[in-house]
Amino acid sequence: MTVYITVKDVSQRYVQKGKEYCALEHVDLTIERGEFICLLGPSGCGKTTLLNAIAGFLPVKEGSITIDGQEVKEPSEKYVTIFQNYGLLPWRNVQKNVELGLESKAISKHERQQIAEHYIELVGLRDFRHHHPHQLSGGMQQRVAIARALATDPEILFMDEPFGALDALTRYKLQDEIAELQKSQKKTILFVTHDIDESVYLADRIVVMSPNPGRIQQIIPVDMGRPRDRTSADFFRLRDRVFEAFGMLPPQTTEYFI
Amino acid sequence: MKNIWKSALHITVGFGGLIVIWQLVASFGGFNPALFPSPWKALLGFGELVGNGSLLLGIKDSMIRFLIGYSAAVVLAVALGLLLGWFSHIWGFVNPVVQWLRPISPLAWMPFIVLWFGIGDLPAIIIILYAAFFPVLLTTVSGVAKVDPTYLKVARNFGIRQPQIFFKIIFPAVFPQVMNGLRLALGTAWVFLVAGEMVGAQSGLGYLIIDSRNNLRADHLMAVMIVIGVIGFLLDTGIRQLEKLVSKNWGHSLSGKGV
Ligand SMILES: Nc1ncnc2c1ncn2[C@@H]1O[C@H](COP(=O)(O)OP(=O)(O)OP(=O)(O)O)[C@@H](O)[C@H]1O
Ligand SMILES: [Mg+2]
Repeated sequence: MTVYITVKDVSQRYVQKGKEYCALEHVDLTIERGEFICLLGPSGCGKTTLLNAIAGFLPVKEGSITIDGQEVKEPSEKYVTIFQNYGLLPWRNVQKNVELGLESKAISKHERQQIAEHYIELVGLRDFRHHHPHQLSGGMQQRVAIARALATDPEILFMDEPFGALDALTRYKLQDEIAELQKSQKKTILFVTHDIDESVYLADRIVVMSPNPGRIQQIIPVDMGRPRDRTSADFFRLRDRVFEAFGMLPPQTTEYFI
Repeated sequence: MKNIWKSALHITVGFGGLIVIWQLVASFGGFNPALFPSPWKALLGFGELVGNGSLLLGIKDSMIRFLIGYSAAVVLAVALGLLLGWFSHIWGFVNPVVQWLRPISPLAWMPFIVLWFGIGDLPAIIIILYAAFFPVLLTTVSGVAKVDPTYLKVARNFGIRQPQIFFKIIFPAVFPQVMNGLRLALGTAWVFLVAGEMVGAQSGLGYLIIDSRNNLRADHLMAVMIVIGVIGFLLDTGIRQLEKLVSKNWGHSLSGKGV
């Protein structure tokens, strides 16, 4: 395995009320191609800042970020970000939303439509192609955003708390789908969450961050096969490890009943 | 369906009441009938104006001026509003000037307009253009400032650049708000059309008002005023429907998901 994304000694400072605040401090991270990485941590620890920096929305002044050996300076079509509020264009229907990313590519209109239809089908929204976003539920809107991102065949997906606004059951369903998609489409995924279970269920490695200053506190590899069982002993063991990383584990973790 | 009956009731009773009061004042107010015509006299006057063709001609002339002035204002104000909204540092300089110009009634410009452009169609058109311009400009500029930054990020991410960003993102994103400005401007422009025609035109509804006054025909005056009000109301109703349609398609529907 070769290194694909390199974050090297990146710091990001903001001035808040005249005081300097360190959103990221000396962050180092390397990611391999095809990895599923979850950025996990409490609010304000710099997850979004780090994601935006890698995705090219926030040019870094201290340190460097490279993807595939190229320095990241601005967003690229090769790496697509999926935003928490979905970022769908309300005046376009599902089909046209998914076509958006394909419109700046040199392909025919017909081909564009076919690609869009393929990915809409993939996320199970075939019958809703002509609906507008406001006619869809939150989960369906997020699926449209995923289809739109996949349609441009990016190498990396950046997802910032993509399922944060969804109810638990829909969230589980979408977690299954994204895990499945990552395997079949062979994408590298950077996924921000503050849901511990979600990170254990999805990630190959969990990057645990801590705030003030924003740092990577530790990286937990999730050595579990897929599909994962949310109720298995392995799952709970890993979950405990993450809780431990946050210092939230009660003194007595295992109880035995006879 | 219930709503239609309800508003029909409101309209009937409202106008019925108004006509009754009007008739009462005409009958018992002690005014000279030549100065304060009764509803019936106004109706007869209306019939006369329709019969001799002057009313329809006036409406036609007014509408043509209105259409030209209003469309020109919309095109100019939307285009300029999009640019100024986008290049907000330039707007910083333009805004104070606009805020100073805005409270000057278009009618205050009338002497200059007549001096520069003579009388005829042009002064009325320019008055409408001026009156409609500012509401559309201001709503467009503020609409651009409020475009969800996520849309712009999405566009950047997918490699959509200028000028495509304008057509694909900014214009559609501000469209509902522009629509709101269009409606405001429509009402204002209609009010000033008539005023403009009263000063600088030889035809049109505003001219008919002045003509009726010069001929001391209060019944004609009343009839023309009623027509002006009705047309203004119809224009407003039309553009409200359009606005509803737009906001429905844009997903801002207030009345649920619509059918
Ligand atoms: N543009 C900015 N200007 C000033 N401060 C900022 C800015 N963006 C982020 N910050 C600060 O940097 C810190 C990290 O922000 P960031 O959004 O990366 O946190 P996060 O981990 O994504 O939090 P959350 O889980 O709430 O989304 C926060 O304290 C935030 O207030
Ligand atoms: Mg965040």
